[in-house]
Amino acid sequence: MAVYTMKEAKPAPSTSKGLVFWLRENLFSTIPNTLLTLLGIYFIYTTIPPLLDWMIFDATWSGTKEEVVKEGARWIFIIEKFDQFMYGFYPEALHWRPNLVAIISIIFVFFIPRLSSIKIKFVSMLLYPVVCFILIRGGLGLEVVGTEKWGGLMLTILVAAVGIIASFPIGILLALGRQSDNMPIVKTLCVGFIEFIRGVPLITILFMASVVLPLFFSDGIEFDKLLRALIGITLFQAAYIAEVIRGGLQAIPKGQYEASESLGLSYWQGMILIILPQALKISIPNLVGSFISLFKDTTLVLIIGLFDILAMVTLTNSDTSWLGFEIEGYVFVTLIYWVFCFSMSQYSRVIERRYNTDH
Amino acid sequence: MKVTKIALILGLASTLPNLVNAATLEQVMKKGVLNCGVSTGIPGFSATDSKGVWKGIDVDFCRSVAAAVLGDASKVKYIPLTAKERFTALQSGEIDLLSRASTWTATRDTSLGLNFAGVNYYDGQGFLVNKDLGVTSAKELDGASFCIQAGTTTELNLTDYFKSNNMEYKAVTFDTSGQTIDAFKKGRCDAVTSDASQLYGLRIKLDDPKSAVVLPDIISKEPLGPVVRQGDDEWFNVVRWSLFATLEAEELGVTASNVDKQLKSANPSIKRLLGVSGKAGENLGLKSDWAYQIVKQVGNYEEMFENNVGKNSPLNIDRGLNNLWNKGGLMYAMPIR
Repeated sequence: MAVYTMKEAKPAPSTSKGLVFWLRENLFSTIPNTLLTLLGIYFIYTTIPPLLDWMIFDATWSGTKEEVVKEGARWIFIIEKFDQFMYGFYPEALHWRPNLVAIISIIFVFFIPRLSSIKIKFVSMLLYPVVCFILIRGGLGLEVVGTEKWGGLMLTILVAAVGIIASFPIGILLALGRQSDNMPIVKTLCVGFIEFIRGVPLITILFMASVVLPLFFSDGIEFDKLLRALIGITLFQAAYIAEVIRGGLQAIPKGQYEASESLGLSYWQGMILIILPQALKISIPNLVGSFISLFKDTTLVLIIGLFDILAMVTLTNSDTSWLGFEIEGYVFVTLIYWVFCFSMSQYSRVIERRYNTDH
Repeated sequence: MKVTKIALILGLASTLPNLVNAATLEQVMKKGVLNCGVSTGIPGFSATDSKGVWKGIDVDFCRSVAAAVLGDASKVKYIPLTAKERFTALQSGEIDLLSRASTWTATRDTSLGLNFAGVNYYDGQGFLVNKDLGVTSAKELDGASFCIQAGTTTELNLTDYFKSNNMEYKAVTFDTSGQTIDAFKKGRCDAVTSDASQLYGLRIKLDDPKSAVVLPDIISKEPLGPVVRQGDDEWFNVVRWSLFATLEAEELGVTASNVDKQLKSANPSIKRLLGVSGKAGENLGLKSDWAYQIVKQVGNYEEMFENNVGKNSPLNIDRGLNNLWNKGGLMYAMPIR
């Protein structure tokens, strides 16, 4: 009886695997590729080590201003001014309040989508902004902190968050309004609003809100500057969100609309149960793109005298004891912006995967 | 809804023109706080320290007015304003007083519905040069290259000055003052020109601040002062005389540390200033100790100057034009009597 003996497996062809092969295949496959690779290596070699030297190895992390090494980054400036970069002029003793809001927000962002009960979800979504507002501004027994004291990263996040959260429902309504052919007046108003807002730069809107609007009010009416800016930013963002969502709505096949009608659903039922979930899902990448750009656009509030984190660089550099630390300030702020924008885009991918219902 | 709202706003604006002119002094006293417009960061004039507390010569002026009116220099709400929105904020009543290094010009004084209450800093365009250049006067800068900030009147003044002196120059323009001083550091120009008060701030940013000097020549007039709304003379008087009181106190040698002793002074001028005799405070609609409170809580002009921009600050600006009239400067307070 012939006994079957397994043949020894042959080793993989040496050229098709391993580092050398990978290198040859990806980096040195052709002459132009080789040149580009070498150029890239040269570029990294000339930029990264000096940058690391400046940022880390030659940098000053502690001590006083007088004993710093001028060759490296002087991070003591950031350490000294850290509170202002984070909270603006918010009273030091009350920093726990914005901190608490930050913790609540993180919990909110990560745990609310996991809740199964729609009721709890709904209630917490309504409660969340109220709780945050009371914690930051005060009231209900908490000491009131006026908006002129808000600043730094706290203000940046606040402006972006309000812009994002408030503009979203308005944007959806505008998009639906623009789609509603059987209501010509609503449609005209929506189209007019969207096109008007998209035709003006955000700076113009902020200037209107901060400089022109107060002239119309008599002295008795005090209209908070931050509130004015927030309304301006929200309206601006809503117009863009509307167009993004309209793109999503147009991608939904007509059959879906007809299906919802033939099921006997009303307009709103059909929209909420069938059309919008699909339209919003395909709009996620564009929505997040739009939100990220809003996050960065919030720096424009500095031109109306609000101190977001970027404006803090200028202000902290005007302290006569700490002149000439702009570079450290800008690098620090750049890193913060990058962390936030990158996190937002990662979060968007998580959401995309969660709501991915492709078969 | 939006349309009706806008219509409403426009209607309001036309029916209620300038309600703002109502008595500011009364309002400030009622609110118990002075809304003071400051900058978004000018070293030595208005900026925050590491604790977020506003400091500077303009900030000290806000505090002086609060001390005079409310008896408490800390009762100031600082409203940071950019250069573009500062006058609107005053016109609309968002602030009671603008103390933001604003140049007193005819256009601003006459066409904006505002009044300048005086001058708390005589500034002017000057030059910062490397010591190695061996230059002692701007007249020796023929053919030099200048780093300047684009879009300011700086370049205009420079052209005028060089034309009228038959000299040549080369301008290298930049967007921000930070870039300007960086270029100077790297030797791209022989001199930086800007308002003298700013040059001292820029000089600190050099690796070795002692390697550069600010030339004594000043080629433009930039009188900076506090601004109030036009048509409220009572408030205008309070602001103007608060400024005079700080100057008068310096002239009479009354300082924050000796003001209590000076209350017993026999000098009639000091008596009138500190409210021991005379009716200066009453006539202004203030308490009789208004000037005492200013000096006690904030200091006289010399103290404000030296602590914020002068000898006791890193800027180390010379008194120059900002010295008292009897010491070679332009600061002259009208007598309190």
